[in-house]
Amino acid sequence: MRKCSLSTLDTLFQTLSEHATLYLPVDGEKGAEYKKWEQGVAMSNALNTVRSAKDFFFPQTENMMEFKTEGKQIEVIDTRSEHEDFILFGVRACDVKSFDILDRVFLSEPYDSFYANRREHGVIVSLACTRPSETCFCGTFGIDATAPEGDVTCWKTETDLYFQANTEKGKSLLASIEGVTEKADDKEVKKQQEQTKEILNKLPLADLKADNFGSGKTSEYFDDPKWAELSQSCLGCGTCTFVCPTCQCYDIKDFNTGNGVIRFRCWDSCMYSDFTKMAHGNSRLSQLERFRQRFMHKLVYYPTNNDGLFSCVGCGRCLSKCPISMNIVKVMKALGGNEDE
Amino acid sequence: MNNRAESQIPVIGVITDVRIDTPDVKTFRVVTPDGKKAFEHKPGQCAMLSIPGVGEAMFSITSSPTNTEFMEFSIKKCGCVTEWLHQAEVGQQITIRGPYGNPFPVDSEFAGKDLLFIAGGIGLAPLRSVINYCRHYRDRYGKIDIVYGSRSMDDLVDYQEIINEWCKDEGINVHLTIDREQEGWDGHVGFVPTYVKELNFSTDKTAIICGPPIMIKFTLEGLCELGFQKTQIYTTMELKMKCGIGKCGRCNIGSKYVCKDGPVFRCDELEELPDEY
Repeated sequence: MRKCSLSTLDTLFQTLSEHATLYLPVDGEKGAEYKKWEQGVAMSNALNTVRSAKDFFFPQTENMMEFKTEGKQIEVIDTRSEHEDFILFGVRACDVKSFDILDRVFLSEPYDSFYANRREHGVIVSLACTRPSETCFCGTFGIDATAPEGDVTCWKTETDLYFQANTEKGKSLLASIEGVTEKADDKEVKKQQEQTKEILNKLPLADLKADNFGSGKTSEYFDDPKWAELSQSCLGCGTCTFVCPTCQCYDIKDFNTGNGVIRFRCWDSCMYSDFTKMAHGNSRLSQLERFRQRFMHKLVYYPTNNDGLFSCVGCGRCLSKCPISMNIVKVMKALGGNEDE
Repeated sequence: MNNRAESQIPVIGVITDVRIDTPDVKTFRVVTPDGKKAFEHKPGQCAMLSIPGVGEAMFSITSSPTNTEFMEFSIKKCGCVTEWLHQAEVGQQITIRGPYGNPFPVDSEFAGKDLLFIAGGIGLAPLRSVINYCRHYRDRYGKIDIVYGSRSMDDLVDYQEIINEWCKDEGINVHLTIDREQEGWDGHVGFVPTYVKELNFSTDKTAIICGPPIMIKFTLEGLCELGFQKTQIYTTMELKMKCGIGKCGRCNIGSKYVCKDGPVFRCDELEELPDEY
């Protein structure tokens, strides 16, 4: 384990940014957002960013290829290029776990080269939580907010920043900042972890369990009459999908530039009415069906395909952002037997 | 330049022949610009065809893999991409990528069996690939029955091939039907599901169904009434698709992605999925 004093953070960030482009959470008008670091930019103390960190590997829009057409002729242009090396600094445990969930989708065969390219060039430096909020429930999915995964894990105490490398990528990153860090023991880190765990245990959602859901439970929940009530007020706005670190549905569209055609992909939502609309019909006509799809996918379908791993990390973004205050916690409580008190 | 493989980037296909099958179905022959097949496929697999600026859509590959020269797609006009294709002329380039999905188990479960193909309307398109594959390797299969129906005589896809080739093959029985009486038609009249029950097939056959959802539903019920088990019946599904590789989420039903885990399903597997198709 290594550490550096918080008073030398600028020197640390300067050194890191010489290694690769450095992104970290920065306070803005609407809350914290990942921004490119440059001299004068300060890291946010916010618990989490408004948008999740998935943007870095699965951006909201991404060009896939281009076409030139002339008469009956078409030319396909592969516009992909190697992504630049970058460091994603200060990612919380929930968002780090979301990369594992996304990896299993995009890196399974046949893999998605757009995602793979960004993933290979990114180094994840995670940051342990010290002040989890009442909307946090990462513990429900077995995530330890005090020991996040990632290539390097960081702990920020009152005075210092502690580092521990978890992967080869992480070791090489730590080697590059050896000059601005010093060797350290884990005494302060352990102390902080104990304190944070005490807070985590007292959170309102600390007792939320996912045990009733998971692999192979489709028939148990699909026809549950509670879906009608749960989905009744859903506006189908897709906000939950967009702030969700694990939602990865996308659309592929063509844009005619006047000088060719750009084929791009963009985030999409299974909550939208035209998501499954075909020329000859639509397989999910009601909002109930679309609402059910999103939660069944996170709590049952995804785990069925991924050794029981849930497609939710308990970051709590949907809890604070849904305009009608509907969310996965309410769904889990209603369907899982233990009604909201 | 990025050296990674990417199955979402297509290659160029050239339309070398357009055959008018019915008032709203055309069959397109497609090869690469150097005159080859774009890729090899297995019966029942699909391909993504697109016209840049118009859109991309998934189609079953109608030709048999045993055709070494070209691929064919029988396409019904019913949306943006298909309407555009229907006005395309010979020589038009399109883009093509694939093959996608699981094929029919022609070399495993189907081997040595009597086969019963049941199709309605454009539903013959995916089955034609399987039928012609089985005709090519005729000695690998038992008796073949084909029940095919459409709204009218004019809506029977591949009518010439059915009359001139399939009907003349030994060991193949073709049973055609149209929905309503029509002048010049002396064949069977009636809906496919009812006809299948009338024909009272022996239950040792493996059945393969494709057609409109309502036809599949009633045919399946009819076969079960005759005593068929769901494990003997296969079908192929169609849902909205974008990526073709089980990532974009559109064709997800239960834990399955139709583009990757389907489109071919055995009916007992289908029964385990939520009823959303």
